[in-house]
Amino acid sequence: MKRLTIDFSVGIFVLIGICCLAFLSIKVATHTNLGSSDKDNYTVYAGFTNIGSLKVNAPVKVSGFVVGRVTNISLNPSTYQAITTLTINNHYLFSSDTSAQILTTGLLGEQYVALQSGADSAMLKNGDTISITSSAMVLEDLIGKFMTGSTSK
Amino acid sequence: MQKLINYLVALGNPFAGFILHLGGVFNLFLEILSSIAYPLKKPALIIKEIYFSGVRSLVIIAISGWFVGMVLGLQGYNTLQRFGSVSMIGSLVALSLLRELGPVLTAILFASRAGSGITAEIGLMKATEQLDAMSVMAVSPIKRIVAPKFIGGIISVPILTCLFNTSGIFGGYFVSVLLLKLDNGIFWSQMSDSIALHEDIFNGIIKSFIFGIAVTLIAVYQGFIAKPTADGVSSATTRTVVSSALVVLALDFILTAWMF
Repeated sequence: MKRLTIDFSVGIFVLIGICCLAFLSIKVATHTNLGSSDKDNYTVYAGFTNIGSLKVNAPVKVSGFVVGRVTNISLNPSTYQAITTLTINNHYLFSSDTSAQILTTGLLGEQYVALQSGADSAMLKNGDTISITSSAMVLEDLIGKFMTGSTSK
Repeated sequence: MQKLINYLVALGNPFAGFILHLGGVFNLFLEILSSIAYPLKKPALIIKEIYFSGVRSLVIIAISGWFVGMVLGLQGYNTLQRFGSVSMIGSLVALSLLRELGPVLTAILFASRAGSGITAEIGLMKATEQLDAMSVMAVSPIKRIVAPKFIGGIISVPILTCLFNTSGIFGGYFVSVLLLKLDNGIFWSQMSDSIALHEDIFNGIIKSFIFGIAVTLIAVYQGFIAKPTADGVSSATTRTVVSSALVVLALDFILTAWMF
């Protein structure tokens, strides 16, 4: 086997590897709609009394369109609220009276944060807190309410 | 009393043997690491090894990936159809390939396609006293023979895994979209919704990298400890494939528990 043939085929081999990796990372992996650097995004906080099974990396959607991700979830030790950190792309600005809600895709699907824009002319800035929130709908609570509601009649 | 001791020794023997092999493999690993500068200065040696272990395995990896992806698509379709969630098929195929099947099957195929060849080559060089001849000429066989094979294997396995994953995803695409008439857009969008770049793709590649180290190390070690006879080389080749498969599956369990 000539040296040139070996070099050439190893070159093609490495090229195939790079093409496959590019295909996997571009076509197959998730596109977050988030900018690559911290400058392209801003973070706001939202406290919920119950986040259900919301997880880090869950999408933040407006009208069903993904504008960001949940990047952190922590507990406020004084109010016992779960504080979610929402990282949102700079392209999308929302009024300061925006409300946040935890919804579920489908009946048993993944949970996400839905934003509903308000009417205020001032916009949410980096580090602001969304004050109007409504918690996740927990199926057990609903069933409990339904049971007690029907027995009290 | 002597009988009892003999019995205990015989009982402990397989375990002691395992420990001995572990020590030998680790010793060889350190020796390779210390002589890794030599082949890096002569890249032609590495390129030749990548050719023999990587390029020659391209076809078998691509075809096996394609069939594994097709089977995943077919089985996934049959099962998901009962729950009316056929649209999840894209993420099922991609997740199982990227996280588990891709790295594991590529490593096992690599062990049987290239690892056995490495063992046989080194074993035969030992049997025909070529390794001794090199030592006499003050050329270290570890530097000249083993280290290039080791680096070549480590470079080849992740590339082959990427190829396996890609061709598997296209196999799944072929079955679910072209044969079972699932919607093209739903297939790709469901897939990209559930795959995270860092968590799934990079972790899979890290896995395959570690498997590459394990498989080539085992192949080289078995070649070195092979009895210098035709019989010894043949049983060393068998041992390479068997212990590579076992080590890869065990390592996969540990890595999965650690990563996901």
